[in-house]
Amino acid sequence: MIDEPLILAFCCHYCAYAAADLAGSMRLQYPGNVRILRLPCTGKLEPNFVLAAFERGVDGVIVAGCLEGGCHFLEGNLRARRRVERVRELLAEIGLEPERLEMFNLSSAEGGRFAEIVTTMVERLKLLGRSPLRREPDRIEQEVHEIGRQAKAMPAGERR
Amino acid sequence: MIVADRKKIPEILDMIMDHRRVLLVGCGTCVTVCLAGGEREAGILGSALRMALRLRNHGDVTVEECTIERQCEGAFIDLLAQRVPEYDAICSLGCGAGVQALAERFPKTPVYPGLNTQFMGILESQGVWTEKCSGCGNCRLGEFAGICPITRCAKRLFNGPCGGSRDGKCEVHPDLGCGWQLIRDRASNLGILDRFERIVPPHDWSTGLDGGPRKVVREDQCIAGLCTRT
Repeated sequence: MIDEPLILAFCCHYCAYAAADLAGSMRLQYPGNVRILRLPCTGKLEPNFVLAAFERGVDGVIVAGCLEGGCHFLEGNLRARRRVERVRELLAEIGLEPERLEMFNLSSAEGGRFAEIVTTMVERLKLLGRSPLRREPDRIEQEVHEIGRQAKAMPAGERR
Repeated sequence: MIVADRKKIPEILDMIMDHRRVLLVGCGTCVTVCLAGGEREAGILGSALRMALRLRNHGDVTVEECTIERQCEGAFIDLLAQRVPEYDAICSLGCGAGVQALAERFPKTPVYPGLNTQFMGILESQGVWTEKCSGCGNCRLGEFAGICPITRCAKRLFNGPCGGSRDGKCEVHPDLGCGWQLIRDRASNLGILDRFERIVPPHDWSTGLDGGPRKVVREDQCIAGLCTRT
């Protein structure tokens, strides 16, 4: 697992998070390299969440939101896409491959697509290699937990 | 407000790379509103710089962020006084005035600009800012139906438009409205078009930047003994 890429996925509560849950219920196999952080909407995504992840050494970041036109908050996913584009430009300036960050759109019924997205990203990151900012695996897990704590936005009572 | 945008990361790196501890100072006023140098942008840039430094084998350089309410006012800069000696350079995310105010207040610390200050302008639409004022020191908007020919006409004409005005656009750029077309349209709507039948006399530029940096003094507001006109 040490040489496997570690991916952080910012998933919208209304689609990708449910799709990941569905993938589990459907007993679909996908790489275990992904750590999922649930957002109330990808519109909640701040560029510094993504930068914090890369700074702490994750190899890749997935932002997964609703299908375009299907956002529960009307246009949160469209805003997220523009932010992701901006962060990709910033990553290029920093000297990290922009391909380490990607936004996907899917519906809550697409468990199979979620598995596909994770597989695609893992394959891409294997080709790119480990992030040059990577730290020890144990520490990354702690850092991922910390990013999740910072990005946490929804009260426990509203969780599925 | 003053509108600015961020410098590219490699340019900032060139300035700060030779220092050990760098304080990134955001400003909570104009550049926060134009999304260039507020608390959020300072956080984003800080993170980006730390990563860029590590990737260039300068991971030993410490970059930390803080934001003050206004970099162009001594009372707010004073809040940094205790912290600054811990760093050997400052990268300011304020406008040019903020950068220079920090440099004056901390004479022993190098201060670098993190932003390119652009202009005085307004928020035209979400994410779009446009220039409206050149700060010429002698406002004549009243004569030009409230539209500034110095700022909005590419040639700064006082008796326009020129031959480069086509279909309401300036020849400089197809998206740029002709300042004089705007003046004429608005004057027409206001029923004051006849004002433009006379030749407008030349502008008095002595109040502009050409005479060196300007100063505004309000003696009634000055603390006795501290007011200087020169």
